[in-house]
Amino acid sequence: MNIVACVKQVPDTEAQIKVKGDGSGIEEGGIKWVMNPYDEFGVEEALKLKEKLGGEVTIISMGPARTMETIRTALAMGAEKGIQIDDPALYNADAYATAEALAAAIKGVPYDIIFCGQRAIDDDSAQVGSILAELLGIPQVTFATKLEIDGTAVKATRPIEGAAVVVATSLPCVITATKGLNEPRYASLPGIMKAKKKPVDIKKAADIGVTGASKSKVAKFTPPPARPPGKILCADDTPEGKAAELAKLLREEAKVI
Amino acid sequence: MAKGVWIVAEQRDGALRKVSFELASTARKLADQLGEEVGAVLCGSGVEAMAAELAKYGVDKVYVADNAALEPYTTDAHATAVAKIVKENDPAILFLGASAQGKDLSASLVGKLATGMATDCTDVKIADGKLCAIRPMYAGKCFGEIVIDAFPQMASLRPNVFPIVECAKAGEVVKFDAGLGEAKTKVAEVLKEAAGKIDVAEANIIVSGGRGMKGPEGYGILEELAGLLGAAVGASRAAVDAGWRPQADQVGQTGKVVSPNLYIACGISGAIQHLAGMSSSKYIVAINKDAEAPIFARADYGIVDDLFKVVPALTQEVKKLLA
Repeated sequence: MNIVACVKQVPDTEAQIKVKGDGSGIEEGGIKWVMNPYDEFGVEEALKLKEKLGGEVTIISMGPARTMETIRTALAMGAEKGIQIDDPALYNADAYATAEALAAAIKGVPYDIIFCGQRAIDDDSAQVGSILAELLGIPQVTFATKLEIDGTAVKATRPIEGAAVVVATSLPCVITATKGLNEPRYASLPGIMKAKKKPVDIKKAADIGVTGASKSKVAKFTPPPARPPGKILCADDTPEGKAAELAKLLREEAKVI
Repeated sequence: MAKGVWIVAEQRDGALRKVSFELASTARKLADQLGEEVGAVLCGSGVEAMAAELAKYGVDKVYVADNAALEPYTTDAHATAVAKIVKENDPAILFLGASAQGKDLSASLVGKLATGMATDCTDVKIADGKLCAIRPMYAGKCFGEIVIDAFPQMASLRPNVFPIVECAKAGEVVKFDAGLGEAKTKVAEVLKEAAGKIDVAEANIIVSGGRGMKGPEGYGILEELAGLLGAAVGASRAAVDAGWRPQADQVGQTGKVVSPNLYIACGISGAIQHLAGMSSSKYIVAINKDAEAPIFARADYGIVDDLFKVVPALTQEVKKLLA
Protein backbone atom coordinates (compact mmCIF):
# COMPACT_ATOMS: atom_id res chain seq x y z
CA MET A 1 0.00 0.00 0.00
CA ASN A 2 1.29 3.44 -0.94
CA ILE A 3 0.65 5.88 1.85
CA VAL A 4 1.24 9.61 1.90
CA ALA A 5 1.25 11.70 5.09
CA CYS A 6 1.28 15.49 4.85
CA VAL A 7 2.92 17.29 7.74
CA LYS A 8 3.47 20.89 8.74
CA GLN A 9 6.02 22.42 11.05
CA VAL A 10 4.38 24.72 13.61
CA PRO A 11 5.30 26.53 16.84
CA ASP A 12 5.10 24.30 19.92
CA THR A 13 1.84 24.59 21.89
CA GLU A 14 3.71 26.21 24.78
CA ALA A 15 5.05 28.98 22.51
CA GLN A 16 4.10 32.56 23.29
CA ILE A 17 3.03 34.23 20.06
CA LYS A 18 4.09 37.86 19.60
CA VAL A 19 2.76 39.95 16.74
CA LYS A 20 5.30 42.05 14.83
CA GLY A 21 5.05 45.79 15.45
CA ASP A 22 3.70 46.47 11.96
CA GLY A 23 1.11 43.67 12.14
CA SER A 24 2.63 41.88 9.15
CA GLY A 25 3.18 38.58 10.91
CA ILE A 26 4.47 36.99 14.10
CA GLU A 27 7.93 37.20 15.61
CA GLU A 28 9.65 33.88 14.89
CA GLY A 29 12.68 34.40 17.13
CA GLY A 30 12.86 32.01 20.08
CA ILE A 31 10.08 29.75 18.84
CA LYS A 32 10.51 26.02 19.23
CA TRP A 33 9.26 24.33 16.05
CA VAL A 34 7.56 20.94 16.15
CA MET A 35 5.47 18.69 13.95
CA ASN A 36 1.83 19.80 14.03
CA PRO A 37 0.26 17.52 16.70
CA TYR A 38 -2.68 16.56 14.44
CA ASP A 39 -0.24 15.58 11.68
CA GLU A 40 1.50 13.26 14.16
CA PHE A 41 -1.75 11.30 14.40
CA GLY A 42 -1.74 11.06 10.59
CA VAL A 43 1.86 9.85 10.46
CA GLU A 44 1.21 7.29 13.20
CA GLU A 45 -1.86 5.94 11.38
CA ALA A 46 0.14 5.78 8.14
CA LEU A 47 2.86 3.74 9.89
CA LYS A 48 0.33 1.42 11.51
CA LEU A 49 -1.29 0.75 8.14
CA LYS A 50 2.07 0.05 6.54
CA GLU A 51 2.97 -2.35 9.34
CA LYS A 52 -0.30 -4.19 8.85
CA LEU A 53 -0.59 -4.19 5.07
CA GLY A 54 2.93 -3.59 3.79
CA GLY A 55 4.00 -0.81 1.45
CA GLU A 56 5.69 2.49 2.12
CA VAL A 57 5.02 5.87 3.64
CA THR A 58 5.99 9.11 1.90
CA ILE A 59 6.06 12.31 3.95
CA ILE A 60 5.28 15.60 2.21
CA SER A 61 5.80 18.96 3.80
CA MET A 62 5.89 22.52 2.59
CA GLY A 63 7.94 25.21 4.26
CA PRO A 64 11.35 26.85 4.61
CA ALA A 65 14.65 25.05 5.28
CA ARG A 66 13.83 24.37 8.96
CA THR A 67 10.92 22.16 7.80
CA MET A 68 13.47 19.44 7.01
CA GLU A 69 13.72 18.71 10.77
CA THR A 70 10.03 17.83 10.87
CA ILE A 71 10.34 15.60 7.80
CA ARG A 72 13.30 13.86 9.46
CA THR A 73 11.24 13.36 12.60
CA ALA A 74 8.57 11.56 10.57
CA LEU A 75 11.26 9.49 8.83
CA ALA A 76 12.71 8.63 12.24
CA MET A 77 9.26 7.45 13.34
CA GLY A 78 9.42 4.99 10.43
CA ALA A 79 8.42 6.61 7.13
CA GLU A 80 10.48 5.68 4.06
CA LYS A 81 11.04 8.93 2.17
CA GLY A 82 10.18 12.58 2.06
CA ILE A 83 9.35 15.44 -0.26
CA GLN A 84 9.92 19.02 0.84
CA ILE A 85 8.36 21.85 -1.13
CA ASP A 86 10.50 24.87 -0.34
CA ASP A 87 9.95 28.05 -2.31
CA PRO A 88 9.71 31.64 -1.01
CA ALA A 89 6.74 32.09 -3.37
CA LEU A 90 4.84 29.67 -1.11
CA TYR A 91 5.90 30.92 2.34
CA ASN A 92 2.66 32.85 2.83
CA ALA A 93 0.47 30.43 0.90
CA ASP A 94 -3.15 30.23 2.03
CA ALA A 95 -5.02 26.94 2.36
CA TYR A 96 -5.92 26.77 -1.33
CA ALA A 97 -2.39 27.48 -2.59
CA THR A 98 -0.98 25.02 -0.04
CA ALA A 99 -3.37 22.27 -1.13
CA GLU A 100 -2.59 23.04 -4.77
CA ALA A 101 1.13 22.61 -4.15
CA LEU A 102 0.62 19.40 -2.15
CA ALA A 103 -1.69 18.01 -4.85
CA ALA A 104 0.88 18.84 -7.52
CA ALA A 105 3.65 17.12 -5.57
CA ILE A 106 1.45 14.08 -4.79
CA LYS A 107 0.61 13.60 -8.47
CA GLY A 108 4.16 12.36 -8.95
CA VAL A 109 3.80 9.75 -6.18
CA PRO A 110 1.67 6.59 -6.25
CA TYR A 111 -0.90 6.74 -3.45
CA ASP A 112 -3.76 4.69 -2.04
CA ILE A 113 -4.44 6.85 0.99
CA ILE A 114 -3.37 10.31 2.11
CA PHE A 115 -3.28 11.49 5.71
CA CYS A 116 -3.38 15.09 6.92
CA GLY A 117 -3.99 16.58 10.35
CA GLN A 118 -7.52 17.99 10.75
CA ARG A 119 -5.93 21.40 11.18
CA ALA A 120 -2.55 22.96 11.80
CA ILE A 121 -2.34 24.61 15.21
CA ASP A 122 -0.76 27.78 13.79
CA ASP A 123 -3.22 29.16 11.23
CA ASP A 124 -6.03 26.87 12.46
CA SER A 125 -7.61 26.92 9.02
CA ALA A 126 -8.77 23.27 8.92
CA GLN A 127 -9.06 23.33 5.12
CA VAL A 128 -6.00 21.85 3.43
CA GLY A 129 -6.93 18.15 3.60
CA SER A 130 -10.40 18.77 2.19
CA ILE A 131 -9.18 21.00 -0.64
CA LEU A 132 -6.49 18.45 -1.44
CA ALA A 133 -9.16 15.72 -1.79
CA GLU A 134 -11.20 17.98 -4.08
CA LEU A 135 -8.20 18.82 -6.25
CA LEU A 136 -7.27 15.14 -6.57
CA GLY A 137 -10.93 14.20 -7.15
CA ILE A 138 -11.02 11.60 -4.39
CA PRO A 139 -13.31 11.17 -1.35
CA GLN A 140 -12.43 12.41 2.10
CA VAL A 141 -13.31 11.87 5.71
CA THR A 142 -12.30 14.68 8.07
CA PHE A 143 -11.69 14.66 11.85
CA ALA A 144 -11.26 10.86 11.96
CA THR A 145 -10.99 9.26 15.41
CA LYS A 146 -11.05 5.68 14.12
CA LEU A 147 -10.11 4.08 10.82
CA GLU A 148 -10.74 0.60 9.46
CA ILE A 149 -9.57 -0.58 6.04
CA ASP A 150 -10.68 -3.82 4.44
CA GLY A 151 -9.45 -4.25 0.88
CA THR A 152 -10.44 -0.95 -0.73
CA ALA A 153 -13.35 -0.38 1.67
CA VAL A 154 -12.78 2.39 4.23
CA LYS A 155 -14.74 3.07 7.40
CA ALA A 156 -13.85 6.14 9.41
CA THR A 157 -15.50 7.53 12.53
CA ARG A 158 -15.86 11.28 12.95
CA PRO A 159 -17.30 13.06 15.98
CA ILE A 160 -20.09 15.59 15.48
CA GLU A 161 -21.82 17.58 18.23
CA GLY A 162 -23.32 15.07 20.65
CA ALA A 163 -22.72 12.01 18.43
CA ALA A 164 -20.25 10.30 16.13
CA VAL A 165 -20.79 9.22 12.54
CA VAL A 166 -19.23 6.21 10.86
CA VAL A 167 -18.55 7.16 7.24
CA ALA A 168 -18.03 4.49 4.60
CA THR A 169 -16.00 5.25 1.48
CA SER A 170 -13.28 3.63 -0.61
CA LEU A 171 -9.63 3.99 -1.50
CA PRO A 172 -8.01 6.15 -2.66
CA CYS A 173 -9.11 8.82 -0.21
CA VAL A 174 -7.93 11.59 2.11
CA ILE A 175 -8.30 11.12 5.87
CA THR A 176 -7.77 14.06 8.22
CA ALA A 177 -6.72 12.90 11.66
CA THR A 178 -7.76 14.20 15.04
CA LYS A 179 -6.97 13.33 18.63
CA GLY A 180 -8.25 9.89 19.57
CA LEU A 181 -7.15 8.16 16.35
CA ASN A 182 -4.02 6.71 17.97
CA GLU A 183 -1.09 7.45 20.27
CA PRO A 184 1.82 8.67 18.13
CA ARG A 185 5.08 6.82 18.76
CA TYR A 186 8.33 8.50 19.65
CA ALA A 187 11.25 8.17 17.27
CA SER A 188 13.76 5.59 18.54
CA LEU A 189 17.49 6.30 18.56
CA PRO A 190 18.17 3.78 15.74
CA GLY A 191 15.22 5.35 13.92
CA ILE A 192 16.82 8.78 14.19
CA MET A 193 20.13 7.42 12.88
CA LYS A 194 18.44 5.68 9.94
CA ALA A 195 16.35 8.77 9.13
CA LYS A 196 19.49 10.73 8.30
CA LYS A 197 20.12 8.48 5.29
CA LYS A 198 16.55 8.32 3.99
CA PRO A 199 15.89 10.21 0.74
CA VAL A 200 14.20 13.61 0.80
CA ASP A 201 13.45 15.31 -2.49
CA ILE A 202 13.44 19.13 -2.37
CA LYS A 203 11.19 20.82 -4.89
CA LYS A 204 10.61 24.41 -5.99
CA ALA A 205 7.23 25.73 -7.08
CA ALA A 206 8.33 25.56 -10.72
CA ASP A 207 9.34 21.88 -10.34
CA ILE A 208 5.76 20.95 -9.51
CA GLY A 209 4.18 23.53 -11.81
CA VAL A 210 2.48 25.85 -9.32
CA THR A 211 2.75 29.62 -8.93
CA GLY A 212 1.80 29.87 -5.27
CA ALA A 213 -0.93 32.44 -5.89
CA SER A 214 -3.20 32.59 -2.83
CA LYS A 215 -6.93 33.32 -2.79
CA SER A 216 -6.88 34.93 0.64
CA LYS A 217 -4.42 36.72 2.88
CA VAL A 218 -4.01 37.86 6.43
CA ALA A 219 -4.12 41.63 5.92
CA LYS A 220 -3.17 42.28 9.51
CA PHE A 221 -2.18 40.34 12.61
CA THR A 222 -3.23 41.74 15.99
CA PRO A 223 -2.63 40.66 19.57
CA PRO A 224 -5.70 39.26 21.35
CA PRO A 225 -7.88 41.89 23.04
CA ALA A 226 -6.62 42.56 26.57
CA ARG A 227 -8.80 41.30 29.41
CA PRO A 228 -9.57 43.74 32.20
CA PRO A 229 -7.94 42.73 35.51
CA GLY A 230 -10.11 40.37 37.50
CA LYS A 231 -10.84 40.22 41.20
CA ILE A 232 -9.98 37.62 43.78
CA LEU A 233 -13.04 37.00 45.94
CA CYS A 234 -12.29 37.22 49.64
CA ALA A 235 -15.17 39.05 51.32
CA ASP A 236 -15.49 36.00 53.52
CA ASP A 237 -12.66 33.60 54.20
CA THR A 238 -14.67 30.37 54.05
CA PRO A 239 -15.25 28.33 50.87
CA GLU A 240 -19.00 28.79 51.41
CA GLY A 241 -18.65 32.55 51.73
CA LYS A 242 -16.55 32.80 48.57
CA ALA A 243 -19.00 30.60 46.68
CA ALA A 244 -21.89 32.81 47.78
CA GLU A 245 -20.04 35.94 46.68
CA LEU A 246 -19.27 34.34 43.30
CA ALA A 247 -22.89 33.27 42.72
CA LYS A 248 -24.06 36.80 43.50
CA LEU A 249 -21.54 38.39 41.10
CA LEU A 250 -22.37 35.96 38.31
CA ARG A 251 -26.05 36.73 38.71
CA GLU A 252 -25.99 40.48 39.39
CA GLU A 253 -22.80 41.84 37.82
CA ALA A 254 -21.97 39.47 34.94
CA LYS A 255 -25.62 38.44 34.45
CA VAL A 256 -24.59 35.08 33.06
CA ILE A 257 -26.56 32.74 35.33
CA MET B 1 -20.30 40.72 -10.78
CA ALA B 2 -20.75 38.61 -7.69
CA LYS B 3 -23.65 39.87 -5.60
CA GLY B 4 -25.49 38.85 -2.45
CA VAL B 5 -24.66 37.52 0.99
CA TRP B 6 -25.41 33.82 1.27
CA ILE B 7 -25.39 31.27 4.05
CA VAL B 8 -25.50 27.50 4.13
CA ALA B 9 -28.18 26.63 6.68
CA GLU B 10 -27.41 23.65 8.91
CA GLN B 11 -30.08 21.20 9.93
CA ARG B 12 -30.00 17.86 11.63
CA ASP B 13 -32.77 15.38 12.47
CA GLY B 14 -35.51 17.59 11.07
CA ALA B 15 -34.60 20.85 12.80
CA LEU B 16 -32.44 23.84 11.94
CA ARG B 17 -29.47 24.21 14.23
CA LYS B 18 -29.06 27.42 16.20
CA VAL B 19 -25.97 28.43 14.23
CA SER B 20 -28.20 28.76 11.14
CA PHE B 21 -30.01 31.70 12.77
CA GLU B 22 -26.69 33.25 13.79
CA LEU B 23 -25.56 32.98 10.17
CA ALA B 24 -28.81 34.45 8.82
CA SER B 25 -28.76 37.40 11.24
CA THR B 26 -25.11 38.18 10.44
CA ALA B 27 -25.69 37.89 6.69
CA ARG B 28 -28.68 40.25 6.98
CA LYS B 29 -26.59 42.88 8.74
CA LEU B 30 -23.86 42.80 6.08
CA ALA B 31 -26.33 42.58 3.18
CA ASP B 32 -28.07 45.73 4.44
CA GLN B 33 -24.75 47.56 4.47
CA LEU B 34 -24.12 46.44 0.87
CA GLY B 35 -27.72 46.97 -0.26
CA GLU B 36 -27.91 43.33 -1.35
CA GLU B 37 -30.06 40.26 -0.73
CA VAL B 38 -29.57 37.36 1.67
CA GLY B 39 -29.75 33.88 0.20
CA ALA B 40 -29.73 30.63 2.15
CA VAL B 41 -28.95 27.16 0.83
CA LEU B 42 -30.90 24.42 2.59
CA CYS B 43 -30.12 20.80 1.77
CA GLY B 44 -31.72 17.64 3.08
CA SER B 45 -34.83 15.52 2.80
CA GLY B 46 -38.23 17.03 3.69
CA VAL B 47 -36.64 20.33 4.67
CA GLU B 48 -38.76 22.84 2.74
CA ALA B 49 -40.85 23.80 5.78
CA MET B 50 -37.70 25.09 7.49
CA ALA B 51 -37.43 27.88 4.91
CA ALA B 52 -40.08 29.92 6.73
CA GLU B 53 -37.99 29.83 9.90
CA LEU B 54 -34.96 31.19 8.07
CA ALA B 55 -37.10 34.01 6.65
CA LYS B 56 -37.76 35.21 10.21
CA TYR B 57 -34.08 36.03 10.58
CA GLY B 58 -33.70 38.02 7.41
CA VAL B 59 -33.37 35.56 4.53
CA ASP B 60 -34.83 36.84 1.25
CA LYS B 61 -34.50 33.64 -0.76
CA VAL B 62 -34.08 30.06 0.34
CA TYR B 63 -32.54 27.70 -2.23
CA VAL B 64 -33.84 24.26 -1.32
CA ALA B 65 -32.41 20.94 -2.51
CA ASP B 66 -34.78 18.24 -1.31
CA ASN B 67 -33.39 14.82 -2.01
CA ALA B 68 -33.30 11.60 0.02
CA ALA B 69 -29.60 11.25 -0.87
CA LEU B 70 -28.88 14.46 1.12
CA GLU B 71 -29.93 12.79 4.36
CA PRO B 72 -28.04 12.12 6.54
CA TYR B 73 -25.29 14.64 5.80
CA THR B 74 -22.33 13.51 3.74
CA THR B 75 -19.51 15.77 2.61
CA ASP B 76 -19.63 14.93 -1.06
CA ALA B 77 -23.43 15.10 -1.57
CA HIS B 78 -23.81 18.40 0.29
CA ALA B 79 -20.69 19.98 -1.21
CA THR B 80 -21.85 18.98 -4.70
CA ALA B 81 -25.31 20.50 -4.15
CA VAL B 82 -24.09 23.73 -2.54
CA ALA B 83 -21.29 24.26 -5.08
CA LYS B 84 -23.77 23.83 -7.94
CA ILE B 85 -26.26 26.46 -6.75
CA VAL B 86 -23.49 28.86 -5.69
CA LYS B 87 -21.84 28.65 -9.11
CA GLU B 88 -25.19 29.32 -10.80
CA ASN B 89 -25.90 32.41 -8.70
CA ASP B 90 -22.46 33.86 -7.95
CA PRO B 91 -22.94 35.35 -4.46
CA ALA B 92 -20.25 37.75 -3.22
CA ILE B 93 -20.09 36.31 0.30
CA LEU B 94 -20.83 32.82 1.66
CA PHE B 95 -21.08 32.02 5.38
CA LEU B 96 -21.18 28.62 7.05
CA GLY B 97 -21.10 27.68 10.71
CA ALA B 98 -17.77 26.57 12.15
CA SER B 99 -19.55 23.52 13.56
CA ALA B 100 -18.45 19.91 12.98
CA GLN B 101 -20.56 19.75 9.82
CA GLY B 102 -19.85 23.32 8.71
CA LYS B 103 -16.08 22.94 9.06
CA ASP B 104 -16.19 19.79 6.96
CA LEU B 105 -18.51 21.18 4.28
CA SER B 106 -16.91 24.62 4.04
CA ALA B 107 -13.39 23.26 3.46
CA SER B 108 -14.65 20.99 0.71
CA LEU B 109 -16.47 23.94 -0.88
CA VAL B 110 -13.27 26.01 -0.88
CA GLY B 111 -11.80 23.28 -3.08
CA LYS B 112 -14.82 23.02 -5.38
CA LEU B 113 -15.22 26.78 -5.73
CA ALA B 114 -11.46 27.56 -5.91
CA THR B 115 -11.72 30.41 -3.45
CA GLY B 116 -10.46 31.51 -0.04
CA MET B 117 -12.02 31.19 3.38
CA ALA B 118 -11.52 32.58 6.86
CA THR B 119 -12.16 29.75 9.35
CA ASP B 120 -13.90 30.04 12.73
CA CYS B 121 -14.39 33.81 12.65
CA THR B 122 -15.42 35.80 15.71
CA ASP B 123 -16.29 38.98 13.78
CA VAL B 124 -17.08 39.93 10.19
CA LYS B 125 -17.52 43.35 8.64
CA ILE B 126 -17.59 45.13 5.31
CA ALA B 127 -14.63 47.37 4.48
CA ASP B 128 -14.40 49.09 1.07
CA GLY B 129 -17.20 46.89 -0.22
CA LYS B 130 -15.30 43.72 0.66
CA LEU B 131 -15.56 41.19 3.43
CA CYS B 132 -13.09 41.62 6.28
CA ALA B 133 -13.16 38.57 8.56
CA ILE B 134 -11.59 38.55 12.01
CA ARG B 135 -10.48 35.27 13.44
CA PRO B 136 -8.34 33.84 16.21
CA MET B 137 -5.12 32.18 15.03
CA TYR B 138 -2.71 30.06 17.06
CA ALA B 139 -5.86 29.08 19.02
CA GLY B 140 -6.37 32.70 20.04
CA LYS B 141 -2.79 33.67 20.88
CA CYS B 142 -3.22 36.27 18.13
CA PHE B 143 -5.93 37.42 15.72
CA GLY B 144 -5.88 37.89 11.95
CA GLU B 145 -7.89 40.12 9.64
CA ILE B 146 -8.54 38.10 6.51
CA VAL B 147 -9.37 39.46 3.06
CA ILE B 148 -10.24 37.24 0.14
CA ASP B 149 -9.43 38.03 -3.48
CA ALA B 150 -11.82 35.51 -5.05
CA PHE B 151 -15.57 34.87 -5.04
CA PRO B 152 -17.46 33.87 -3.09
CA GLN B 153 -15.57 35.35 -0.16
CA MET B 154 -16.10 32.55 2.34
CA ALA B 155 -16.07 32.58 6.11
CA SER B 156 -17.10 30.03 8.72
CA LEU B 157 -18.49 31.69 11.83
CA ARG B 158 -17.85 30.39 15.33
CA PRO B 159 -21.09 29.12 16.90
CA ASN B 160 -22.47 31.05 19.88
CA VAL B 161 -20.61 34.29 19.10
CA PHE B 162 -22.86 36.12 16.61
CA PRO B 163 -26.17 37.52 17.89
CA ILE B 164 -29.51 36.24 16.60
CA VAL B 165 -31.73 39.12 15.45
CA GLU B 166 -35.29 38.72 14.16
CA CYS B 167 -35.96 40.53 10.89
CA ALA B 168 -38.81 39.05 8.85
CA LYS B 169 -38.26 38.78 5.10
CA ALA B 170 -40.07 36.95 2.32
CA GLY B 171 -38.01 33.78 2.39
CA GLU B 172 -39.09 32.93 -1.15
CA VAL B 173 -38.43 29.25 -1.81
CA VAL B 174 -36.40 28.42 -4.91
CA LYS B 175 -36.10 24.67 -5.48
CA PHE B 176 -33.08 23.33 -7.25
CA ASP B 177 -31.78 19.98 -8.37
CA ALA B 178 -28.77 18.92 -6.28
CA GLY B 179 -27.07 17.44 -9.35
CA LEU B 180 -25.79 14.45 -7.42
CA GLY B 181 -23.77 11.75 -9.11
CA GLU B 182 -22.94 8.38 -7.63
CA ALA B 183 -22.30 8.71 -3.89
CA LYS B 184 -18.61 8.43 -3.01
CA THR B 185 -19.26 8.37 0.72
CA LYS B 186 -22.19 7.28 2.83
CA VAL B 187 -23.03 7.18 6.50
CA ALA B 188 -22.80 3.59 7.72
CA GLU B 189 -23.85 4.29 11.29
CA VAL B 190 -24.62 7.10 13.74
CA LEU B 191 -23.33 6.56 17.26
CA LYS B 192 -25.33 8.76 19.62
CA GLU B 193 -23.83 9.92 22.87
CA ALA B 194 -25.76 10.16 26.10
CA ALA B 195 -28.98 12.05 25.42
CA GLY B 196 -28.91 15.71 26.35
CA LYS B 197 -25.14 15.96 26.51
CA ILE B 198 -24.07 19.46 25.48
CA ASP B 199 -20.96 19.81 23.33
CA VAL B 200 -18.35 22.22 24.71
CA ALA B 201 -18.15 23.94 21.31
CA GLU B 202 -21.85 24.85 21.48
CA ALA B 203 -22.31 25.52 25.19
CA ASN B 204 -23.22 28.91 26.67
CA ILE B 205 -21.61 27.87 29.94
CA ILE B 206 -18.70 25.48 30.44
CA VAL B 207 -17.64 24.03 33.78
CA SER B 208 -14.16 22.70 33.17
CA GLY B 209 -11.81 20.61 35.27
CA GLY B 210 -8.09 19.95 35.14
CA ARG B 211 -5.42 18.04 36.99
CA GLY B 212 -6.73 19.46 40.26
CA MET B 213 -9.82 17.22 39.96
CA LYS B 214 -7.45 14.42 41.11
CA GLY B 215 -9.20 11.67 39.11
CA PRO B 216 -12.26 10.82 37.01
CA GLU B 217 -14.49 10.55 40.09
CA GLY B 218 -13.74 14.18 40.97
CA TYR B 219 -15.84 15.33 38.01
CA GLY B 220 -19.08 14.34 39.74
CA ILE B 221 -19.28 17.75 41.44
CA LEU B 222 -18.70 19.50 38.13
CA GLU B 223 -21.39 17.40 36.43
CA GLU B 224 -23.84 18.39 39.16
CA LEU B 225 -23.11 22.11 38.83
CA ALA B 226 -23.18 21.86 35.02
CA GLY B 227 -26.52 20.06 35.13
CA LEU B 228 -28.05 22.92 37.13
CA LEU B 229 -26.64 25.59 34.80
CA GLY B 230 -27.40 23.77 31.55
CA ALA B 231 -23.66 23.78 30.99
CA ALA B 232 -21.20 21.46 29.27
CA VAL B 233 -18.36 19.87 31.22
CA GLY B 234 -14.95 20.57 29.71
CA ALA B 235 -11.49 19.30 30.53
CA SER B 236 -7.86 20.31 30.23
CA ARG B 237 -5.35 18.36 28.17
CA ALA B 238 -3.83 16.92 31.33
CA ALA B 239 -7.20 15.46 32.35
CA VAL B 240 -7.88 14.03 28.88
CA ASP B 241 -4.39 12.59 28.50
CA ALA B 242 -4.77 10.94 31.91
CA GLY B 243 -7.90 9.24 30.54
CA TRP B 244 -10.23 10.94 33.02
CA ARG B 245 -12.44 12.59 30.39
CA PRO B 246 -13.31 11.96 26.71
CA GLN B 247 -11.27 13.68 24.00
CA ALA B 248 -14.37 15.49 22.72
CA ASP B 249 -14.42 17.52 25.96
CA GLN B 250 -10.86 18.87 25.70
CA VAL B 251 -10.55 22.66 25.62
CA GLY B 252 -7.32 24.21 24.35
CA GLN B 253 -4.98 24.48 21.40
CA THR B 254 -5.06 20.74 20.71
CA GLY B 255 -8.72 20.44 21.62
CA LYS B 256 -11.65 22.75 21.06
CA VAL B 257 -11.33 26.51 21.04
CA VAL B 258 -14.40 27.87 22.82
CA SER B 259 -16.13 31.20 23.46
CA PRO B 260 -18.93 30.63 25.98
CA ASN B 261 -20.56 33.37 28.04
CA LEU B 262 -19.15 31.81 31.18
CA TYR B 263 -16.15 29.52 31.64
CA ILE B 264 -15.59 28.11 35.12
CA ALA B 265 -12.08 26.63 35.38
CA CYS B 266 -11.70 24.28 38.33
CA GLY B 267 -8.30 22.92 39.27
CA ILE B 268 -6.82 24.17 36.00
CA SER B 269 -3.48 25.92 36.40
CA GLY B 270 -3.64 27.59 33.00
CA ALA B 271 -1.03 26.23 30.61
CA ILE B 272 -0.56 28.54 27.61
CA GLN B 273 -2.21 26.05 25.27
CA HIS B 274 -5.30 25.90 27.54
CA LEU B 275 -5.54 29.66 28.01
CA ALA B 276 -5.39 30.06 24.23
CA GLY B 277 -8.44 27.87 23.84
CA MET B 278 -10.74 29.68 26.28
CA SER B 279 -9.52 33.27 26.61
CA SER B 280 -12.24 34.61 24.33
CA SER B 281 -14.92 33.49 26.81
CA LYS B 282 -17.03 36.44 27.96
CA TYR B 283 -16.57 35.76 31.69
CA ILE B 284 -13.93 33.52 33.21
CA VAL B 285 -14.00 32.13 36.74
CA ALA B 286 -10.98 30.36 38.21
CA ILE B 287 -11.14 28.14 41.26
CA ASN B 288 -7.75 26.86 42.32
CA LYS B 289 -5.80 26.24 45.51
CA ASP B 290 -2.62 27.74 44.07
CA ALA B 291 -2.79 31.55 44.22
CA GLU B 292 0.14 31.71 41.75
CA ALA B 293 -1.65 29.70 39.02
CA PRO B 294 -1.51 31.57 35.67
CA ILE B 295 -5.25 31.03 35.17
CA PHE B 296 -5.94 33.83 37.70
CA ALA B 297 -4.36 36.39 35.34
CA ARG B 298 -7.16 35.67 32.83
CA ALA B 299 -10.02 35.30 35.30
CA ASP B 300 -12.69 37.92 35.92
CA TYR B 301 -13.43 36.26 39.26
CA GLY B 302 -10.95 34.14 41.12
CA ILE B 303 -11.32 31.98 44.19
CA VAL B 304 -8.17 30.72 45.88
CA ASP B 305 -9.40 27.73 47.84
CA ASP B 306 -10.09 24.00 47.76
CA LEU B 307 -12.34 23.37 44.77
CA PHE B 308 -13.81 20.28 46.45
CA LYS B 309 -15.32 22.65 49.04
CA VAL B 310 -16.04 25.64 46.80
CA VAL B 311 -17.78 23.84 43.93
CA PRO B 312 -20.41 22.03 46.07
CA ALA B 313 -21.02 25.30 47.93
CA LEU B 314 -21.43 27.11 44.61
CA THR B 315 -23.88 24.42 43.49
CA GLN B 316 -25.95 25.07 46.63
CA GLU B 317 -25.89 28.84 45.99
CA VAL B 318 -26.95 28.36 42.37
CA LYS B 319 -29.79 26.08 43.52
CA LYS B 320 -31.01 28.87 45.79
CA LEU B 321 -30.80 31.43 42.97
CA LEU B 322 -32.67 29.24 40.53
CA ALA B 323 -35.30 28.16 43.05
